[in-house]
Amino acid sequence: MKIELLCALIPLFPLIGFLINGLGFRRVPKGLAGAISTVAVLASFLTSAYLFGAFLGNANLSGNAGPLIATLFDWISVGDLHINFSFQIDQLSLLMLLVVTGVGTLIHLYSIGYMSHDEGFGKFMAFLNLFIFFMLLLVMGSNYVIMFIGWEGVGLCSYLLIGFWNKNISYNNAARKAFVMNRIGDLGFLLGIFMLINTFGTVEYVDIFKQATSLAVGDKTILAITLLLFVGAMGKSAQIPLYTWLPDAMAGPTPVSALIHAATMVTAGIYMVVRSNVLYTLSPLTLEIIGGIAIATALLAASIGLLQNDIKKVLAYSTVSQLGYMFLGLSATAYTAGMFHVITHAFFKALLFLGAGSVIHAMSDEQDIRKMGGLRKALPVTFITFLIGTIAISGLPPFAGFFSKDEILAHVFEHNKLLWGLGVLGSGLTSFYMFRLLFLTFFGEFRGTEEQRHHLHESPATMTAPLVVLAILSIVGGGLNLPGGGWLSGFLAPIFEGSKQVSPEAFAESTIEHSTEYILMAVSAGVALVALIIAYVMYISRQAVPAPESAERSLPEQVIYNKYYVDELYETIVVRPIRGLGDAFYSFGEGLVDGVVNGVAWVVQKISAQLRLLQSGSIGFYVLAMVVSIVVIFALRFFIRL
Amino acid sequence: MLTLFLILFPAVAATLIFFLGGERAKQAALLAALAELACAGYAFFSFKPDASSQFAFDYPWIGSLGIRLSAGIDGISVLLVLLTGLLVPFIVLSTFNRTYKQPATFYALMLFMQAALMGVFTARDGFLFYLFFEAALIPIYFLAAMWGGDNRIPVTFKFFVYTIFGSLFMLIALVYLYYQTPPTAIAAHSSAIADFYKLNLTPQAENWIFWAFFIAFAIKMPVFPFHTWQPDTYVESPTPATMLLAGIMLKMGVYGLIRFILPIVPLGVETWGKTAIILSVIGIIYGAIIAIRQRDMKRLIAYSSFSHVGLMAAGVFSQTETGMQGALIQMLAHGINVVGMFFVADVIFSRTNTRQLDQLGGITQSTPKLTVYFMIMLLGSVALPLTNGFVGEFLLLHGVYTFNHYLGLAAGFTIIFGAVYMLRMFQKSMFGPTTSRTESFTDLTTSESWVFIPLVVMVFWIGIYPHTFLKVTEPAVANLMKYIGTTAVSMK
Repeated sequence: MKIELLCALIPLFPLIGFLINGLGFRRVPKGLAGAISTVAVLASFLTSAYLFGAFLGNANLSGNAGPLIATLFDWISVGDLHINFSFQIDQLSLLMLLVVTGVGTLIHLYSIGYMSHDEGFGKFMAFLNLFIFFMLLLVMGSNYVIMFIGWEGVGLCSYLLIGFWNKNISYNNAARKAFVMNRIGDLGFLLGIFMLINTFGTVEYVDIFKQATSLAVGDKTILAITLLLFVGAMGKSAQIPLYTWLPDAMAGPTPVSALIHAATMVTAGIYMVVRSNVLYTLSPLTLEIIGGIAIATALLAASIGLLQNDIKKVLAYSTVSQLGYMFLGLSATAYTAGMFHVITHAFFKALLFLGAGSVIHAMSDEQDIRKMGGLRKALPVTFITFLIGTIAISGLPPFAGFFSKDEILAHVFEHNKLLWGLGVLGSGLTSFYMFRLLFLTFFGEFRGTEEQRHHLHESPATMTAPLVVLAILSIVGGGLNLPGGGWLSGFLAPIFEGSKQVSPEAFAESTIEHSTEYILMAVSAGVALVALIIAYVMYISRQAVPAPESAERSLPEQVIYNKYYVDELYETIVVRPIRGLGDAFYSFGEGLVDGVVNGVAWVVQKISAQLRLLQSGSIGFYVLAMVVSIVVIFALRFFIRL
Repeated sequence: MLTLFLILFPAVAATLIFFLGGERAKQAALLAALAELACAGYAFFSFKPDASSQFAFDYPWIGSLGIRLSAGIDGISVLLVLLTGLLVPFIVLSTFNRTYKQPATFYALMLFMQAALMGVFTARDGFLFYLFFEAALIPIYFLAAMWGGDNRIPVTFKFFVYTIFGSLFMLIALVYLYYQTPPTAIAAHSSAIADFYKLNLTPQAENWIFWAFFIAFAIKMPVFPFHTWQPDTYVESPTPATMLLAGIMLKMGVYGLIRFILPIVPLGVETWGKTAIILSVIGIIYGAIIAIRQRDMKRLIAYSSFSHVGLMAAGVFSQTETGMQGALIQMLAHGINVVGMFFVADVIFSRTNTRQLDQLGGITQSTPKLTVYFMIMLLGSVALPLTNGFVGEFLLLHGVYTFNHYLGLAAGFTIIFGAVYMLRMFQKSMFGPTTSRTESFTDLTTSESWVFIPLVVMVFWIGIYPHTFLKVTEPAVANLMKYIGTTAVSMK
């Protein structure tokens, strides 16, 4: 089959699913709507898998692992600038395709169960399909503008899904906040694209990276471009200072949190940096800045996660923190490790969110872990899979998260010992808040109401099946890239050829002894284990339950519990001043400008006071006179040629 | 000849409707406007993408003075002719569920307006352009003054005087230019716009002519600080008149910049272009920030339109090919979006008798159709990729950014603030709990849906396959770039 057709089919399936369910909302029966949307994504997954196989086969046969470009049509063309609507199939996009459509299929399946009682079911499935469509454009585009279509499109879907239950004003506010914060990032991204156009004359990845390999490391223009693009990544991947939308985004239904706000969309920033790896390798200063922001984000979010009591909020802060780890890896030019963590994180974080959804479903929409406890007996499948997810994210061997996080930390160690130390500290925090969550939810005594206890039930098979699949992936996912030259490193290597060319030293073979590497692994696993034990002692042995909202808190606790008052800070320094400015412009600015205009009019009026005697003062008369004269002149001159 | 038909047909139709219209004025006006659309569409699709003037006519008018009745469609006009043809039938259709007193006069004025607008966008003679430029003001003045809101008399008076005042500067400039032209075979001077392009003016002359034209067009668009007539006029005018004003008439200003200022006074642009961009960019941000705080939907859309048009002006003055192409395609896109937005406000007002956002809410619960159309028009307005707004804003912002990085950044805030005020308006009207005014809200009628459907088709057509539109304007823009000395996308 032709490559163009195959490529076009991948995003086309979910788009068709969206159109059927969207246009046929309330007319397509629920069962059919769920099936259509899930099959649409499954079809994309199978097509991607076929393409993956074909690509591997092709690469093995001819030894040519170069990208395949499928151009559909000329999208925007002005002068010498041509922006094609085209897709690029290479190792990186294939990997993302499989993750997005694979995890996407599971979450669609889960949603059939989770959302079955919702009156907006068909609309929900349609939006999920639309999201997949845009996410696929994002990862398949062969140039930055197509990526930007996907980039903004997923933002729109995120908005629509966060505010899905739109009768609730605070959900709507969360949705709007997400969209606007993302737009701030998008402005950076857009300006980055403009600089790329003005520097390279094109937006195509292949052409830009080919030209870029001839530039020197530390190029000023590249510095500006990479920083601007990273502003986009800050918005989408929730890094300081643009992270506060992500915890609020938990207002959306839980499958949305799993799909968009954990597994796929929020990793778009990492994808973008990895895609642009040549540019980032050319700009070590940008990488340093990313490293600083990444570790700060990872620790800040992890520390907030320690005291949160909403099951989804804990996971949300955990996501922000894990995204920080991914960027931390990128900042040490460990691009493969970053992508590796993207993949494993997609597995275990999707698993954890879906598990949380299963809990919320069973608890009749209760999300406060202070009112849970002891759920392991009622929800055995959810419990076992959630446990697996928790171990995986905490970085305990031999589950997936251990390998990916360890690979990041190993590279960071080579690069900067301080960052490594902070990274290990963060992984301790991760382990603590995750086990705290696990223990408070599934162990101890049930703390909910009698009615909730009566209602407790394990979720239906459409919900537990995805949990089981994701749990298996979370266990074995580490096998993708075992230490010492795993499959993923070899597979992705062609993507980083350009980077190796511009900065061979950044990709030199590791100088760390194997013994050191084992010690590093042992240290990070040990820290995670210690954190686990502390959590165990606190929440199982001593059966501590977090204090209620009204309790007195010590000052540091108060600050962390209130998320360092960052939202309040933004409200004070950005939102309120703009509102004030709006009011001031409207009441004073407009009055002032208009006053000048009226003043000019007044002067003119005074000057022409004498001439006024000739005028009747009736505007109707003037207009009439004008119309008549125009018509007369026109007619005379046209028909009676002079 | 097609151009002559495009100008005369609505005028003739308007005259007939005025005298014979009676009760069927609505339907007659719709038929006439659809016929005009068919012609405009034919002109667009059979337009040969080159820099020439097509479907032209040229008759002597005031022969001894060298002033001619001369008009045609070139790459700069073609999208505006299409826009004028496209919007009027749906603006007429948007009134089908409303009743306006004296319908014959009402619809006749709308068609007269269309005739004048067609004239503005196709005139090839400076004085003919001026005639149409002023003539367009008359029907819109009557529409606003006879069918407008409570405060219509002082508001429309100000609008009328302000814009007439601006055009006087243009008239002076035109007369000056006319006297600079060399003698032709039949007359001492020529008022053909093409002859103005060939003039070699002194730098002093270029500077004052720049301002004379700029003030005239800046008031029309409007550009900060010449905008104070606009929000009140948009709010007080009956919605169809507001749609004509915002959808088509303000494009006369942008069109004027491209048709007159850039090619005639390139030195003036070099000297004062930056000032003009700065004013435009101030307008973008100033208008957007005010829009964030508006409670009246119509006023909010008025300020958003003011903000958006600033970007078009900035793009034109960026003197880049992307800025120019962006301005041309954005004029088409903005016309579609703003008409859609005002219609949303009109639909909501017709059912709730209010446009105040704090009295609205929860409308989406009973209106799947309105919600979808409103959302799509909104996405076009906030320039989401694959909608019409993106192509224009992308090119415009690239143009401004290429001209000056800081101004590009400042102009770029439009994508953030635009999202803020549009989503706020959407949320406050459509989402949340219902209010006493919105609890019995009924969804769109068939005729109302048919206003949105073509607009939605255009939103996606321009967004997904802008090539149809960019290719027809490209040669004319490339030709225009020759006058201002820079070429193509400035790269490297």
